[in-house]
Amino acid sequence: MLEILDYAFMQRALIAAALVGITAPAVGIYLVQRRQAIMGDGIGHVALTGVALGFLTGANPVWTAVAVSALGAILMELIRWYGKTRGDLALAMLFYGGMAGGVLLINLSPTGSNANLTTYLFGSITTVSREDVTAITCLAAFVVLITLGLRRQLFAVCQDEEFARVTGLPVRTLNLLLAVTAAVTVTVAMRVVGLLLVSALMVVPVAAAQQATRGFAMTLALAVAIGVVVTLSGTVFSFYEDVPPGASIVVLAIAVFAATTALAAPLARRRARRAAAEAEEPCALPLPGARAAAPAPGATGAGGPDDVLV
Amino acid sequence: MRPEPDISAGAAPSTEARADDTPGKTSAETPAQTSAEAPARASAEAPPVISLRGATASLGGRPVLRGVDLTVRRGEVVALLGANGSGKSTAVRSVVGQVPLSGGELRLFDTPSRRFRDWARVGYVPQRTTAASGVPATVREVVSAGRLARRRLAPPRAADRAAVRRALELVGMADRAKDPVGALSGGQHQRVLIARALAGEPELLIMDEPMAGVDLASQEILADTLREQVARGATVLLVLHELGPLEPLIDRAVVLRDGCVVHDGPPPKAVGQHALPGHDHVHPHAAHDAEPIRTGLLT
Repeated sequence: MLEILDYAFMQRALIAAALVGITAPAVGIYLVQRRQAIMGDGIGHVALTGVALGFLTGANPVWTAVAVSALGAILMELIRWYGKTRGDLALAMLFYGGMAGGVLLINLSPTGSNANLTTYLFGSITTVSREDVTAITCLAAFVVLITLGLRRQLFAVCQDEEFARVTGLPVRTLNLLLAVTAAVTVTVAMRVVGLLLVSALMVVPVAAAQQATRGFAMTLALAVAIGVVVTLSGTVFSFYEDVPPGASIVVLAIAVFAATTALAAPLARRRARRAAAEAEEPCALPLPGARAAAPAPGATGAGGPDDVLV
Repeated sequence: MRPEPDISAGAAPSTEARADDTPGKTSAETPAQTSAEAPARASAEAPPVISLRGATASLGGRPVLRGVDLTVRRGEVVALLGANGSGKSTAVRSVVGQVPLSGGELRLFDTPSRRFRDWARVGYVPQRTTAASGVPATVREVVSAGRLARRRLAPPRAADRAAVRRALELVGMADRAKDPVGALSGGQHQRVLIARALAGEPELLIMDEPMAGVDLASQEILADTLREQVARGATVLLVLHELGPLEPLIDRAVVLRDGCVVHDGPPPKAVGQHALPGHDHVHPHAAHDAEPIRTGLLT
């Protein structure tokens, strides 16, 4: 089992995977809270143009993807502010434009082909270079700094934007910062999970975690834990089975979601029963007429409510 | 009960009534004008906390405010009344800068609203929406957000945590601090939103329909909470559908109709409020079914 750590490419892939597992849910929780789960998807599409631009110019695609997806994310945020009714259409243009632009540019470039594109769309464990690991580590550090360091402020903005504005928080700045952070996360994740599936890793661990938690901080911690577990195990699975890691990671994440959902229902029922038992005293009001003459509680329980009302 | 409100000196009688409610403060009040209640007496000369002059605003091209004058002096409790669509919610949302004014002048704490940055002095309770947030959050997490006005980007300190705890105790929700807000009833949720505003220890409380969809028990708790805030010298502006249990606290009522002020003076009597122009009666306990929670954009 541990022999996979002997391969240098595998070490790099696992480092990148762990960083993705931390950053994607950490950003995703704010997008889910603001009901913008789909935003990560949009940024992923736009980032594709950035990757292709890297191939065309010979620059490292990670950095060109950061630049282009950050611009796209800022544009989406501006559309959210100013675009009132046609906002969804403008966003759709951005999605499709990013995708089409990426495919167009990569086929124009001398070194790129649709084959390279696939590794960016669904992730690949063998293509994470030493340079990539450095870039991904720097970017992940930025994401963690923002999403954990400013978690109270971002929580306030995403939970009740109007209240946050009246509180005097720099809401516009925080929203732009969150958009840029989401864009950076997409590029951190694109090597391992791929641009088409990155949004799933932002959303699914959060959805899985919130089945079992009651508070925001707890959800954040559990979502990150789930994220790290599924990215690492999905990457290992890809090593043995030779499938794109993005696919195995996302399928694993959805399996975890299904498991927590299945476990959450009986858990919540037990919690409710316990709360009801300790908080509420049973109705013990003396009632006039027939009810007052009803038998003791033990006997009533067997008979059901109808008997009492006769 | 309290004396008949005198129109010429609106705030003064109620100040006395308030001092009676808080034993121990009565003696300190008369000689020293520095006590918490003192500013209310000097209210006529002191610059008002909120001053709205000839405010006009429209939403979606429809004029909603058509020249509203609204003055709230320090220590006053002012209720903004009116039927649905009269513009009362828009008026308070323009005061907190959430609806841009197309005309008129707004001053907060004697500062033109454009230059006003001291939002920690204002506690805002927005109209409650039933839309749950996507991610669970505990009562304490939500209330802590109200403290951000004071500490901005700094991490919370012991004083911040104490303020949050106090705010939760004030609304009687301290025992629910770790519960998710999604599991609360309408009245409990409203209390949490008020605790969030109180956590910042504001001088001015602005509440948009705090009693909408709130059960009677919670209404009484809210009235008590408000009474305590008033006793410590807070200024309050609140949008109400009807006066209800808050009636004895209210110094002055401003009634809006079609975006214009039609009454500014002592609150209408319990019977009188039914005779208000355009009043449609909604019982608090029935509000849930009778009246969908509005986003505030249309009212």
